[in-house]
Amino acid sequence: MVPWKDEKATSRMNKQGSRRKSIQVIAFSFLGVASLSALIVLGLILYFMIAQGSKAISWGFITQFPRHRMTEGGIYPALVGSFYLGAGAVLVAFPLAVSSAIWLSEYARTGWWVRTIRVGVNTLAGVPSIVFGLLGFAFFVKVLGFGVSVLAGAFTLALLILPIIIRSSEEALRSVPRGFREGSLALGATQWHTVRTIVLPAALPGILTGAVLGVSRAVGETAPIMFTAAAFYMAKLPKSPFDKVMALPYHIYVMATESPNYWCTKDLQFGTALVLLGLVLTLNLGVVVWRTRLRRRKKW
Amino acid sequence: MSRFTRKIDNNYKVKTLNSSSLSWLRRRLDRGIFAVLGSISLIALGLIFFFIFREAIPLFYKVSVASFFGPTWLPTFDPPSYGALSMIAGSALVTVAALAVAVPVGLSAAAFIAEVAPGIMKDITKSIIEILAGIPSVVYGFFGLALLAPFLQTTFSLSTGRTALTAAIILSIMALPTIASLAEDALTAVPSSYREASLAMGATRWETMWRVTIPAAFSGLLGAVILGMGRAIGETMAVLMVAGNSPQITTSLLKPVRTLTAGIALEMGETPFGSTHYHALFSLGVLLLLITLAMNWTAEWFRGRMRRRHHG
Repeated sequence: MVPWKDEKATSRMNKQGSRRKSIQVIAFSFLGVASLSALIVLGLILYFMIAQGSKAISWGFITQFPRHRMTEGGIYPALVGSFYLGAGAVLVAFPLAVSSAIWLSEYARTGWWVRTIRVGVNTLAGVPSIVFGLLGFAFFVKVLGFGVSVLAGAFTLALLILPIIIRSSEEALRSVPRGFREGSLALGATQWHTVRTIVLPAALPGILTGAVLGVSRAVGETAPIMFTAAAFYMAKLPKSPFDKVMALPYHIYVMATESPNYWCTKDLQFGTALVLLGLVLTLNLGVVVWRTRLRRRKKW
Repeated sequence: MSRFTRKIDNNYKVKTLNSSSLSWLRRRLDRGIFAVLGSISLIALGLIFFFIFREAIPLFYKVSVASFFGPTWLPTFDPPSYGALSMIAGSALVTVAALAVAVPVGLSAAAFIAEVAPGIMKDITKSIIEILAGIPSVVYGFFGLALLAPFLQTTFSLSTGRTALTAAIILSIMALPTIASLAEDALTAVPSSYREASLAMGATRWETMWRVTIPAAFSGLLGAVILGMGRAIGETMAVLMVAGNSPQITTSLLKPVRTLTAGIALEMGETPFGSTHYHALFSLGVLLLLITLAMNWTAEWFRGRMRRRHHG
């Protein structure tokens, strides 16, 4: 009897096949449910933050100073302080990180040194943020004598966001086709001229997305600025880089844990958290949208 | 013919000889500058190591290494005691509990994105995980403090909602994106020929994933889990806000604990510069730095091993 005429065997195989199929269905739906839980968690966080936080938010909330021992009023100084810290961090980190990425993608020959640098970048990305805070205090605040200030906080945050900008810049530089460089070099341009006039302009949009990601990370971080820059309350905006500042994340932390009036400021806390969340997520979302558009518009 | 060649050679020589050493320098200058700036991340790491160790070491002029690993942390008592064990235990408890949730969910989400989800679902799941990764840790902490802690307090009728469990739940949400996105990288890095061979043999997609793709990606998946663990141990703000911060050694999730990170963040603002207590906090920093670096390097090694294996 030929196998394909064996009715019994065929039905046995069919049965087995449908069992294997149903195992697959069960397993896949399990994986789907697990992924769905991430959506539910995100939904819960966003829902509560928006529902509770939007009560406090008004034009006055973002343009006024805190009043009555921070039980009323707005978060204007914290918003400005976070802006200074984020901008300062990126001003320091951007040139260093982009140069580092240029070295890695344009100049360096693959070998043990490049491998070491790459491990270094990954290691730096894995250093806990509180350790950056310790370094910032010991080095920028004390040894360099910046004091607890915008400057010390910005430098500390700059070290923290270096790996983010290095990675995305290197990726952007590497996505520029080889032919661009070869064409320029063949015309007699030096390597530096090629990098400056051909490679960098082509990679610039990608590099800038890295900078925006860096800002968003720096704005959201608390632990590195706790002992290097942040102040509980300031009656005025900082006048020089050597002044302390209020910052959004630190403001949330102290209002929720250390403030003596922490129950009666619930709405303000939720409002501040929502502003920070909105700021950071808008920056991140902007990067995602911009990147997709870049990829679509790319002519090479 | 040969005379002609020599002539060109001579011309060339004259030209190179004429160009001064200054122009040689100018041609090499960019390379030199970038070589220095290229190693900025190593310089930053060097700074971190140097200063954290420099500020930590004076502790051990006063206190023995053994007592630093002792169980009692009473830095403001007389006589003071600087035992970090309770905080090490706190970090371990919270991390392990967080990973017990984050690993299965994270790996499942990664498998779903890499192997199961059709186009649009894949994009949605991916962006959800990216958004979760982008939320600042202080916002997670605030969410835990303002909403999760009161909820757990009433559910388990506790005296305080700030417990190891609260911290573990928040940490598991925070470790999830790291684990999921790195695990997804590992799964997609498995050459598609492996899958095709298995499917051609008549295996279902699930069997292919379970018996072929996952074993092939195993090193990478392990790397993802270890990196997630490193992130969880190093996380500061969220844990500081919800774990309760009492330095006690316990295995109960319903009690408040203090982690290494929270220990540093809590006391750093209050201790006088240069005191023994100050050096003790930097010693906690050294401990934290060494633990997280060991994890990062192990994870990198595993991830590298997978790359070497499949892509030669």
